[in-house]
Amino acid sequence: MKKDIILCGVGGQGILSIATIIGEAATEAGINLKQAEVHGMSQRGGDVQSNLRLSTDPIWSDQIPTGEADVIISMEPMEALRYITYLRPDGMIITSSKTFVNIPNYPDEAALKSELNELPNVQLDIEAIAAELKSAKSANMVLLGMAAPYIEVLTVEQLRKAVSVIFARKGDAVVEANLRAFDRGVEASKK
Amino acid sequence: MEKKLLLGDEAVALGAIHAGLSGVYAYPGTPSTEITEFIQTNKEAIERGVRSRWCTNEKTAMEAALGMSYCGKRALVCMKHVGMNVCADAFVNSAITGVNGGVVVLAADDPSMHSSQNEQDSRFYGKFAMIPIFEPSNQQEAYDMMSRAFELSERLKEPVLLRVVTRLAHSRAAVEIGKAADQNKLNPATDNAHWVLLPGNARRNYLDLIDKQNDMMKASCESSTNDIITINNSDKGKWIGIVACGIGYNYVREALNGIKDNEDNYMIMKLTQYPMPVEGIKQMAEVCSEILVVEDGQPVVEEEVKKLVDTSYKVEGRLTGRLPRTGELNPDNVSLGLGKENNPLFRPAKNLAGRPPQLCQGCGHRDVYTALGEVVKEYENARVFGDIGCYTLGALPPFKALASCVDMGASITMAKGAADAGLWPAIAVIGDSTFTHSGMTGLLDAVNDNSNVTIIISDNLTTGMTGGQDSAGLNKYEAICLGLGVDPDHVRVVVPLPKNMPEITKILREEINYKGVSVIIPRRECIQVAARHARERAKQNNK
Repeated sequence: MKKDIILCGVGGQGILSIATIIGEAATEAGINLKQAEVHGMSQRGGDVQSNLRLSTDPIWSDQIPTGEADVIISMEPMEALRYITYLRPDGMIITSSKTFVNIPNYPDEAALKSELNELPNVQLDIEAIAAELKSAKSANMVLLGMAAPYIEVLTVEQLRKAVSVIFARKGDAVVEANLRAFDRGVEASKK
Repeated sequence: MEKKLLLGDEAVALGAIHAGLSGVYAYPGTPSTEITEFIQTNKEAIERGVRSRWCTNEKTAMEAALGMSYCGKRALVCMKHVGMNVCADAFVNSAITGVNGGVVVLAADDPSMHSSQNEQDSRFYGKFAMIPIFEPSNQQEAYDMMSRAFELSERLKEPVLLRVVTRLAHSRAAVEIGKAADQNKLNPATDNAHWVLLPGNARRNYLDLIDKQNDMMKASCESSTNDIITINNSDKGKWIGIVACGIGYNYVREALNGIKDNEDNYMIMKLTQYPMPVEGIKQMAEVCSEILVVEDGQPVVEEEVKKLVDTSYKVEGRLTGRLPRTGELNPDNVSLGLGKENNPLFRPAKNLAGRPPQLCQGCGHRDVYTALGEVVKEYENARVFGDIGCYTLGALPPFKALASCVDMGASITMAKGAADAGLWPAIAVIGDSTFTHSGMTGLLDAVNDNSNVTIIISDNLTTGMTGGQDSAGLNKYEAICLGLGVDPDHVRVVVPLPKNMPEITKILREEINYKGVSVIIPRRECIQVAARHARERAKQNNK
């Protein structure tokens, strides 16, 4: 069994933390993993993405071939669209619904949303939920919670445990806040 | 056996520590930076006293490593591919002196130029210096190869090049790790004739190096990671040879797994240690009707394979168009090269715009470019020569400030050459770390010629673009400029903040109008590093 995941967003939105948590859960579960990420110049307000491959069999390429990604997890709706050629016909896009506009030629939001809605997708205003939880920095954990049931090769519980492991060194309050955000994401996914 | 999730870079770093490393010498550069950062913060490395501070540039790094090797200890030199150009003199000549303690030179290539100005292939440098090259195909091999590379270096008494590419350097996988070996004891070399490269000595050493080529070939042929793998799909099918270098091997296996009802048979050489095992390739050519060379970077091996076979024999790769001539390999282009097109269902999105990197909001470089933009438009022929760093982003909108960006330090020397040609105003913008890396010598040239240039050293107290590493000249910039002979009246320091705009633009005008070398140093800490320092202080206060 395998799951190929593309994580994407804008530099600074917390994409790599999501990757780290899934990586921790996979390692703990003894599942093979390769995770490619782009560092350097692209972090400064530019688009960022990470290819995450999970499998019970050996994994060859660090990069996912086009048409092979099972899930696209995105912190930003236009960034999700950037990678749709990678999505399998039966794949799923899980994305924040809120646009992040830091370029002058950002597409028309209505047109963008209508294109996104023609694709298999789940959207949620994760920033609003994080704000509601008074934990703006945990928006990425709301997204991970939303995506958790789609990762399949790892259980929601395994992912939840990895959240607490990864944030442990930042203290109990941070762990609690991130777990609450994660749980809200999981709940939203069930609806 | 303990398993750790490691980036390719981290696997290299831990492999080196466990190989008994005594010192790492490096200048930051994507995608190599994380190797040295890992060693700087690794508990085992700190306990063992592994020397790890950043160097001023790749040449000082290479030379210091050679000095440590002279004393019998193991040294690692790390850089991005273009750093090889900077250290080339020391690197190539280290093959002539040979080494005492093992030396591994790690070059991280960046095919597709994710964060670089070219995609030169460091394997050419290894061939040029006539030394062995390792090229791991995955994180585990990267870890394991470090001790093999150090052992081979000490056995042959030659430096060894280890080449990685971005996709390995910046990709994570689980790695089985072993125990740390002891460091070598201090044991300085005594054979001066080998280390003093006067022509008479150098000629003898060069012959030694030529003699060692057979040993290097033997080591490649016997390498535990230069495997030959055969995939026998059908007795009816033809045999296709594939030379798969480094991570190219992974794309080949990925692609072959995806081809259904395939009757072709494959003989694959996984090439991870050079010189290329010539006999193996000749045997492959006898069995197979064609050879496809899959290598990330430039067609180094493809050219070598062509030389081994008849001109009528089909050798395919980047030179023949079976694989793209430029850019990195990926599962799609390798799959296509093997005859299977990946046809995704979803077409590229319509409502999409590029999101290029930008200078951070609140960054001091922004204020420098705002001031410069205002002043420069008053001079018809003004040109601003740029350099390598975050501030290269000043070339993009909204600033569109730069006329050039070529290599580390070229802003100053290009401005000088332009001034020599009669251009005025000739302005250079260079960062603090880039200035000490390669700008100081150019400034001395400008001073000696009394060139009419205005040099802006945009000092953010760090090496910003690679993530905020220490800057070699911290707090020394005025002293360096004065020491190189810049007139003290024309070394001006400003604080790049919007509220200081009238003062900054006034100073810019004054120094442009001054006929001679002037240096303006806008100084304000990188906001990312300032935030990190604030967090560290808060953490200290909480303890």
